Amino acid sequence: MLTRKSSHLTGTRLTKALAGVAGDAVDRRTFLRRSGLAAGAVVGASTLSLGTVRKADAQAPRAASGDVKLIKNTCTHCSVGCTVTAEVVNGVWVSQEPTFESPINLGGHCAKGAAIREVCVGERRLKYPMKLVNGRWERLSWDQAINEVGDRMLKIRETSGQDSVYWLGSAKFTNEGAYWFRKFAAFWGTNNVDHQARICHSTTVAGVAQTWGYGAMTNSYNDIQNSRALFLIGGNPAEAHPVSLIHMLRGKEQNNAPFIVCDPRFTRTAAHSSEHVRMRPGTDIALIWGILWHTLENGWEDKNFIKQRVFGFDDVRKEVAKYNPAEVERITGVPGAQLRRVAQTLANNRPFTIIWCMGGTQHTVGSANVRAYCILGLAHGVIGTSGGGANIYRGHCNVQGATDMGVDPSTLPGYYGVIEGAWRHWSRVWDVPYDYMLGRFKSKALMEAPGIPESRWHDGVLEKVGKDNLDQPDNLKAMVFWGHGANTQTRGPDVMKALDKIDMLVVVDPHPIQVAAMSNRRDGIYLLPACSALEQDGSRTASNRSLQWGYKIVEPIFESKTDLDIMHMFARKFGFANEMFKNVKVENGKVLAEDVLREINKGTLTIGYSGQSPERLKLHMNHLKDFDPKSLLGKSGTPVAGEVYGMPWPCWGKPEHKHPGTHVLYDTSKPVKEGGLNFRALMGAEYQGQNLLAEGSYPVGAEIKDGHVQFSYGMLKKLGWDKDLTDEERATIERIGGANADGVLWTTDLSAGIIRVAIAHGCAPFGNGKARANVWNFPDPVPTHREPLYAPNRELVAKYPTYPDRRNWRVPIKYKSIQDVDFSKEYPIVLTSGRLVEYEGGGDETRSNKWLAELQQEMFIEVNPMDAAAKGIKNWDFVWVYSPNSKDLVYGDNPKEPVRLRMRAMLTERVGKGVAWMPYHFAGHWMGQDRRSRYPQGTDPIVLGESANTALTYGYDPVTQMQETKTSLCRIEKA
Amino acid sequence: MARMKFLLDAERCIECNACVTACKNEHEVPWGINRRRVVTLNDGKPGERSISMACMHCTDAPCMAVCPVDCFYKTADGVVLHSKDLCIGCGYCFYACPFGAPQYPQAGNFGSRGKMDKCTFCAGGPEADNSPAELAKYGRNRIAEGKLPLCAEMCSTKALLGGDGDVIAGIYRERTAQRGYGSGAWGWSTAYGQPPRS
Repeated sequence: MLTRKSSHLTGTRLTKALAGVAGDAVDRRTFLRRSGLAAGAVVGASTLSLGTVRKADAQAPRAASGDVKLIKNTCTHCSVGCTVTAEVVNGVWVSQEPTFESPINLGGHCAKGAAIREVCVGERRLKYPMKLVNGRWERLSWDQAINEVGDRMLKIRETSGQDSVYWLGSAKFTNEGAYWFRKFAAFWGTNNVDHQARICHSTTVAGVAQTWGYGAMTNSYNDIQNSRALFLIGGNPAEAHPVSLIHMLRGKEQNNAPFIVCDPRFTRTAAHSSEHVRMRPGTDIALIWGILWHTLENGWEDKNFIKQRVFGFDDVRKEVAKYNPAEVERITGVPGAQLRRVAQTLANNRPFTIIWCMGGTQHTVGSANVRAYCILGLAHGVIGTSGGGANIYRGHCNVQGATDMGVDPSTLPGYYGVIEGAWRHWSRVWDVPYDYMLGRFKSKALMEAPGIPESRWHDGVLEKVGKDNLDQPDNLKAMVFWGHGANTQTRGPDVMKALDKIDMLVVVDPHPIQVAAMSNRRDGIYLLPACSALEQDGSRTASNRSLQWGYKIVEPIFESKTDLDIMHMFARKFGFANEMFKNVKVENGKVLAEDVLREINKGTLTIGYSGQSPERLKLHMNHLKDFDPKSLLGKSGTPVAGEVYGMPWPCWGKPEHKHPGTHVLYDTSKPVKEGGLNFRALMGAEYQGQNLLAEGSYPVGAEIKDGHVQFSYGMLKKLGWDKDLTDEERATIERIGGANADGVLWTTDLSAGIIRVAIAHGCAPFGNGKARANVWNFPDPVPTHREPLYAPNRELVAKYPTYPDRRNWRVPIKYKSIQDVDFSKEYPIVLTSGRLVEYEGGGDETRSNKWLAELQQEMFIEVNPMDAAAKGIKNWDFVWVYSPNSKDLVYGDNPKEPVRLRMRAMLTERVGKGVAWMPYHFAGHWMGQDRRSRYPQGTDPIVLGESANTALTYGYDPVTQMQETKTSLCRIEKA
Repeated sequence: MARMKFLLDAERCIECNACVTACKNEHEVPWGINRRRVVTLNDGKPGERSISMACMHCTDAPCMAVCPVDCFYKTADGVVLHSKDLCIGCGYCFYACPFGAPQYPQAGNFGSRGKMDKCTFCAGGPEADNSPAELAKYGRNRIAEGKLPLCAEMCSTKALLGGDGDVIAGIYRERTAQRGYGSGAWGWSTAYGQPPRS
């Protein structure tokens, strides 16, 4: 007998734990929630008493310490929005518990979420303000830091103008932080403000909004459980959004849903797919048209849906006809037979969901790629239905919210743009005269001109000033990285040049980030410690548009401060704190996040951020268990009955109107007041004589049983519905409109009366239009294949050339002049990039986390064994990756040494022959040189490595200036 | 009485490593020691599958059989634990274990491996439940708090199940019946002598 009883050591654990609950019938739900154990989740205090109370530290036994607080917040990594439950003892975060009741993550986490406590207990944070003086880091007090930075900025403002300071914000802000940051930039007097969405999903936001109204995920992660098929292109959620897989795999398993993954790599997601389509990087449009070719050829499209709800589909037919199977195989490398099978699978399994991520967006043709995906959905009529939709996985934890809050050079919060009407609207919300805001800017022209997008900030430093180059009064003189890295931008050598050239760098971040280590400066860098979102109250918006309120877990650690508090200090220094903070309470320098959210609610009508008051959001967070994890609906008999979890925007009208939020966008099977919608009438009633409004399609219960334009006061009058407005609402509208009250739109009516009345009559405030398959205001009205700038095949370049050089957003963009240079001989391998599950973004935060760093200790490049054999490279050898950045086509300022990166080679068939892949989270090495000594002592991440973006090359989307990170060229040599 | 087991559904495991970091974070397991790790077979090729591995708390645990100092013991709910006070770091258990579970903090000449460390099923060790000594040597004792192993509780896709063997086998059975195929419940028959019916 091998098994001995344990009695000679101690008693059994489980019997003790079960004491007190024994005998109770165990309900099935408890079983499932705890994956089996019958004991309740409550700590059985009686069995745990130790009789002593120890001082709390990060390793304190929880139960022994007595006062354990459970505090809920949201994970700060990807956009899934997993609830984090922290156990806090005496103000120290001692451990994490799973949150089974969260409808979004059902207790699950990925490596990052399961290790997130380290963010608030780790030692590698930036601890106090610092500056670089003569190559040494010196400690500053907060007051000194704000004064010095502020004085230098005010001087720049005077000599070079407001636009010479760049405010680069973050997708890691709370909504309140993001909104306030945009407002802060406005009060400073510039549109030079942006954040990670530019290099993440800006092409999605633009392309999708132009197609059907809102540039966001149409359904939710949870809703994928209803899908009959999953079509994923350019995404690897098993690594980038791991917890979303619980919903995707449930969909796959429970509905027996085919799971198709289109990707140049056989990703970890592809490993769980039922069909992997391996295409050449940068050929998405040809691939989608190749699928649609079979669909249209066989008449599998949804003709009724197209007739009622899609504009310009005949133009798509003309374009798709060019992409016959042979041609598509020549472009993409995918055999026609496989695409026919994919087309048939999609046609037979409706509704299917289309999922994409940065593999689709980060291209010179990004905004066309995403429209091709949308058109695939429209052709099959799967948009606006549960189980269908375009499920666009955003990247950071609040990149959706920060985008919505307008941390963007071309718009104010809520996608109002930067036109005069937008400024007048927000001036009313902010309670400051429009002329005051105008006075903050150098000129009205600059106030209404979109700023420099962050993907080009370095060109804002390096380009010559002038109409044909940098179109603003002066170059950038100060760069503020407020929660953003610099290793996430392509053209590393140019970024480094700009970091060295600019007058001042300011880094506001929980971690000092590699900006400090990347440049060769010896002066003029300031580091200010911000705290993470876990150390403050505030809401964040997950990819599915649900807002979640996070409660502060611990006080900001070390000397760090919240973004709101830091902005308050700067605003005081700059002299506009009184005007800017008029509507919010500030106590002892601490800004109340709830008040900020109330101001967001007041003004953000366009996208329905108006109904999610702090009280309603907290109610949802406190009642997680009352939501269904499939439908996201609050269960009947609970305080949240009938509401959708997190009230996904649009949550129309005022909080007291009690709109439940919109789970599935454009779903006509529900009344608008219960979350139904139709496509937005974005471009009015007609275009060149063709109707743009829906035909015979409308949400259930709509009194206008056809397409219509957006609502205004005048339209309400025509319909006779204006009598439903209250006197107060009417007075507000008339005050806003003045002489032209009839022209007041639902978007600027601060009473939200127009919205309320439209919805009461069953109509969507934004009109009822058709989705546009033809977006005539884009460079390619119907998406068409164009070869990447760094193209591997010259024959295809001749047939599918890129755009001519052009300019927008204050800077020139090169296309043809780059593509004309043939790099394919010298750099024969196609280079692409992506994510690892352990790290996120630029990676400074996650590489500083010991639990995560241990799992990925070195930078590497995936190389196909055939390509490696040709160069005599063995697995895990060091290699040099040579980049076409060795030749500077922008400034002609060629580096003395070739641009090359040193890293490990991972030999794997994950990448196809002729393709190599790098993760982009690493930094701290520069062309073979370890720059660890440049970090302030004790703040260097545990793991450093070459940044992929040092090698990645020029290329920007013509609409949004998205950078090309997915298709470049390289040469790999043994080191 | 419950019989505690782990079950890994390789159809669900996506190698997100949450189980690994959850374990480390919960028990403050030092760098270099992995009570749990994820192994990927056919990496990068069709048929790629990942398996999260730790001590399976075997029915007839080979480690117990070979330990020269009898430092192992089994709790009434079937969890295999050991005493670090008795362990001499000889490494026999490591050679006997079919799952590579035992870990040692140091590697040196003359067998100086240090005290063996392995997954405790979040059930601590022989010291008093949730005492500082237990915490320092074995990590937290979730079982004594009425909770289950954190790795399984935090699994992103519910691939890793941990708890009463009958209950988790039931969940797995229901899942495989629904999707129409199993994943072999890797290691189950080695550890517990019989595969779960699917």
